[in-house]
This record gives sequence, structure tokens and C-alpha cells, in this order.
Amino acid sequence: MPGGGVLAEIIWGLATSHVPSIGAAMDRGLTQDPYWKPLFDAYEPARRWMAERVPDVAIIVYNDHANAFDLDLVPTFTIGTAARYEVADEGFGRRPVPDVVGAPELSEHLVESLIDDGFDLAIGQDFVVDHGLTVPLSVFCPEPGEAWPCAVVPIVVNVIQYPQPTAARCYALGQAIRRAVATYDQPIRIAVFGTGGMSHQLAGERAGLINPDFDHMFLDAIEHEPAKLTSLTRTDYIREAGSEGIELIMWLVMRGALNERVRGVYRAYHVPASNTAAAVAVFDNT
Amino acid sequence: MAGSKPVIPGTYIYDTADGRAGAAMNRMFATLKKPANRAEFTADEAAYCDRHGLSDQQKDAVLRRDWPRMMDLGANLFFMFKLILLDGKNSQSLSAAFTGTTEEEFVRIMVAGGRRFG
Repeated sequence: MPGGGVLAEIIWGLATSHVPSIGAAMDRGLTQDPYWKPLFDAYEPARRWMAERVPDVAIIVYNDHANAFDLDLVPTFTIGTAARYEVADEGFGRRPVPDVVGAPELSEHLVESLIDDGFDLAIGQDFVVDHGLTVPLSVFCPEPGEAWPCAVVPIVVNVIQYPQPTAARCYALGQAIRRAVATYDQPIRIAVFGTGGMSHQLAGERAGLINPDFDHMFLDAIEHEPAKLTSLTRTDYIREAGSEGIELIMWLVMRGALNERVRGVYRAYHVPASNTAAAVAVFDNT
Repeated sequence: MAGSKPVIPGTYIYDTADGRAGAAMNRMFATLKKPANRAEFTADEAAYCDRHGLSDQQKDAVLRRDWPRMMDLGANLFFMFKLILLDGKNSQSLSAAFTGTTEEEFVRIMVAGGRRFG
């Protein structure tokens, strides 16, 4: 049942891959090609459900891919506090999607609450957002027109340099976000996106790795038994899901922000999207 | 060997030691996001590498597009990817280079469900 509406509430969670070619397929009108049609057909029910429940703000947990940040300083977690985030030019022109409107008041509240709750986040007041964030927005809203339907608070996670944060820490950050939202005194509706994955590895002799057994276990556990996933080590994630599959820890930030018990309303899994096992899952948090 | 990162066969795990080793290369890769820099690189790749302070081994790997060697020498995958994009290639052609196959064959392998390990 929805809350009383006096305070902010998290209404749903989305878990989705953020493969750049998914965005490119949309941008180039390829979604009905034989290669892409199964994945985009699978998005339809999730999109319809989410479109009926558009949030005021999406907190989007993702990683940057050498676009906003470099390797000279690698924060484990960064929260955006900007009023606007420009879409990145990742090397060959930016995606033809709108710039992202921020939610600076919510960002400010989250920053203070999270730091006081023991999470030493970096605070980013100005950075571009790449496919890690915009592809999930496009999965949610394929035709935004002039503007995305909601504002965004980006949470950027280091997954590209060892040691990444632990799965347990990611889940705990999510729980801290939940506590932070619970004390935000604006009656806004918030959705949380956990992005990346699922299993994939681009380099080394194990390039092309896909692990459906692990991915399906993860899809079940993220809904019903997230503690099982928080006890997995970095080594477990890299070994089972591939060096790039460690991105799945970002789904745990999303899951931690949701209630202990959630209702999974939809999930789909499709191989391949480029080198990746692509998945989408939506969780009702009301 | 310093560090405690996991050792997983057939898998690169970029860590802080790689950061130190590959800093010049990764910084150079980052510059290739800008069209003017790409043009300058293309005009004289060796000189561009020299200006960015790559070691002789790193420069050699870049000039030969020896992706495994670049990563052995500290390249971070996502930064190295800017050079892959400059070449007009993609993640499947990169993976093909690591698995001794062609891009077309690698796409076929992925469409067939990808590769299983362990």
C-alpha cells in the first residue's frame, strides 16, 4: 500500500544492464532487427508498468566508463549534487538524448544523511553522465522527447579498479539511502535504479564468458535473499560473473534501498547484448 | 609480488599497481575522446605516445595494437577502449583478439550463448 504521502517514498526499484550497444540500438532505430528484437520485446511489459508509476526522482547507481572521471583519483562512491548533468561525448558524439536534470535538494539531504551515517562519499557537483546512466534511463523511458520524465541523483560506484567496494558495503549503502529518504520532508516519489551486468568479460582468455546459472541465481536472490549475494566476495563475483560482471554489486545498492520484502513484478534475461548477458527486473516497493 | 588481488585464470584485474604502471598510457587513452587529439594521434602515433610519456614497451604495444600486451603493461580496459573506438572497432573485436578468433566468429559465439567456464 502506498505511504501516507507526507514524506518521500521509494516506490520501485529497477535492475538493468547498461550496455552501450543497447542505447545505440535505440538511437539508430535497430530495436526491431532480429539481433535486438527479443531484448526490446522483453522490455515492453516492464516499461508499461514503470510508465504508469513515473517517479519524481530516480536515484541511479552506475559506473562511469572513462568518460567523466580518470584514474588519478578513484572515489569508491560518488554522489552527484548538480542541478543538471550533461550527456557525455564518449568519443564519437553524445547520445541524442536529453541532458539529465538533477535534484540538488534531495542530493544535499542524501549527502548529509549518508555522511552522518558513516558513508564517506565523494561529492560531485559537476560531471558528465555516460551510457552507464543514460542507457538505464532509456530502458525506463525509450522516448523522452525534450526532457526525461524525472530528475536524477547519480550515485557513481568504482567497479573498474580493484579493490571495488564489497557487495556487503554496497548493500549497506542502499540501506543508508533508505534511511536518508525516510527523513526527507518533501512528499516526492523516488525510484532507485541498480545498473550494469549481468555476467560478462571483455578481455583475457575468458573473454565472452556468460554464466546463466550464476545470473539466474542472482536474479532470484536479489529479490528474495539478498544476504546471499552480500556474502559473496569480489573474487566470487569476478570468477563467476567475469571481470566486468562485478558491476552486479551496484544492483545491491538498489536492493538495499528497497524494503526488506519486495514484490518482483517482472524480469527478463537475454543473451547477448554485445558481450553481455542483458537483464531487466522491476521490484514494487509499495 | 605485492598486493592481494585475486588471481583468476584468463582474467585481468586492474589494481593500483596497474594504475602506477599504466598511468601514462591510460592518460593518453583518455585524450582520445576529443576529435582534435584523435587527429593528432592518427597523424603520428609514435610522436603522440612520446609526448604522453609512454615507455618504449607501452608505445610498441600501442603501435602494434597488441591489446593483451597493453593490459599486461597496466592499461585499463575502459580507457584502452577509446583507442578501440578510434580504430572503428568494438568490444567484440577486442574479445576476438584475446581469444584468437575473428570478430565475426566471436559475434557468432555470443549469439550462440557465449562461453562457459568452470
